[in-house]
Amino acid sequence: MSQRAAFRRKQTLFRWVTVTAVLAFFVLPLLGMLDFTTKVRRGGRTLATWRTLSHVSEISTRYPALKEGFLASLGLCVITVVLMLALLVPTMTWVRLRLPGLSRTVEFICLLPLTVPAIVLVVGLVPVYAWVFYLFNESTLWLALAYVVLVLPYAYRALDAGLRAIDVKTLSEAARSLGASWFTVMWRIVLPNLRTAVLSASFLSVALVLGEFTIANLFSRRNLQVAMYQLGKSDAKISVAVGLVSLVFAFVVLFAMSFVGSGRGGRRARRAAAPAIPAASPAAAAAKES
Amino acid sequence: MPFFVYTTVFLVIPTIVVVVAAFVSEGRPTLGNVRALGNANFLTAMRQSIILSAATALIGAVVGAILAYAVSTARPDGILKRFVTSLCGVLAQFGGVALAFAFIASFGAQGMISAWLKKAGMAPSSTLWLYEWNKGVLLVYLYFQIPLMLIVFLPAVEGLRPQWREATETLGGTTWTYWRRVAMPILFPSFVGATLLLFTNAFSAYATAAALVSQAQPLVPLQIAGTFTSETVLGQANIGKAMALAMVVVVAIVMAIYTWLDKRSSKWLVR
Repeated sequence: MSQRAAFRRKQTLFRWVTVTAVLAFFVLPLLGMLDFTTKVRRGGRTLATWRTLSHVSEISTRYPALKEGFLASLGLCVITVVLMLALLVPTMTWVRLRLPGLSRTVEFICLLPLTVPAIVLVVGLVPVYAWVFYLFNESTLWLALAYVVLVLPYAYRALDAGLRAIDVKTLSEAARSLGASWFTVMWRIVLPNLRTAVLSASFLSVALVLGEFTIANLFSRRNLQVAMYQLGKSDAKISVAVGLVSLVFAFVVLFAMSFVGSGRGGRRARRAAAPAIPAASPAAAAAKES
Repeated sequence: MPFFVYTTVFLVIPTIVVVVAAFVSEGRPTLGNVRALGNANFLTAMRQSIILSAATALIGAVVGAILAYAVSTARPDGILKRFVTSLCGVLAQFGGVALAFAFIASFGAQGMISAWLKKAGMAPSSTLWLYEWNKGVLLVYLYFQIPLMLIVFLPAVEGLRPQWREATETLGGTTWTYWRRVAMPILFPSFVGATLLLFTNAFSAYATAAALVSQAQPLVPLQIAGTFTSETVLGQANIGKAMALAMVVVVAIVMAIYTWLDKRSSKWLVR
């Protein structure tokens, strides 16, 4: 028994030493950001940067680019999430119900963006976007079309886990035999049953879109990250502050999400949410493949 | 179905464009673009990209794996685990520009850590090292590689059953025997697989490098981006496509090895 206890103690010690060391490496640069934003030239501290940042009107007059990028990113988030759900939920349900033979194909297509680097995607998208910009207009919001492709793997993983946890077939047959149309089945049966999965797929998409830089920058469109990057060259302090805020915000969202599954949602919700949180990374999504 | 139409337009067509355009110049088929890849500039970038990705993948994998094991010994629903996985999720996924800023703010000329080092008398003569691909960029890449490793590797470590350790102990094995003969052989395929994923992740990363390195183009993604801004040079765009193709080939090879390994590793671990 004492041997066991000694082993436990050693393990706890090892855990704390390792976690502390690595967390120090993770947190120090973030502290560096905070330090940088509050420093004045000859020692001393100021909160001026943060005061500016907390005044919405001042930001929009002094840093119009930042406001523009932020609004563009918000718009992109909404469009991407709506488009992604409209595209994936019916397709995945339909494949599950009627065309199980196609499920491998759909999965392959959805996971494909993991293997194609974003920068390569940009290269290939140039002619496609030449048409989009030519046929419609040059709005930044068209980038959402490409972002849907970027979020496919994560959204697919989350939704797949959700669909696995419910009996789509029985539910939809019951609804159909009671006279529901396919639209009603989707809107009132499948979607409400998938809400945890839909929620986590949407959160992941939002986090990804808010953090997207490569595609926007190379198409010379301004979203939040591009605005931050450009501002970094003229007013480093404010852009570092924005960067820190965005990181902290993303952390809070993910941290809150890790509690969603274990809340009152019960076992089904937990099963649907559990794979979605590791799916926060593309590789985890791929690694979950079995 | 709209799904297939959509993915065709925004995923399949771009891929085909890259592959086809790599062999076309001014409307005629040619090997010129691919041959242009032989120039010293690109080869250096390719070599540096591969070295950087391999180094950060290896270091990140080892450190990340140790961290994953440490976290896996904590309570499964505890705060520590949620905190670490959430933080890692942010750093691995969300980072990009902000991570580069974090390092400039900490290690740059005015940075906090630079100031500490100066006080301790260990400051390097200049802070330019931060912007070099094999020093600063490597450090920043580790900043998102280690978290990614944790996220990818944690399920595998958690697949280790306590019964296996108990069985080893019952049969008279020491901790060392357990690691050497039981845990390591089981984890090895997942470990290699995760390392390969880290490699492709570093290989295709663009945002961090772009925000950090503004002068030269030491890495392949930066060179591809460079062809965008200098499209006035004749045929440059298609050389960019040839470079993109080269990247896809490298990633495809790595992913093929990964898929093969994943099949083997999932035999043991019920996920």
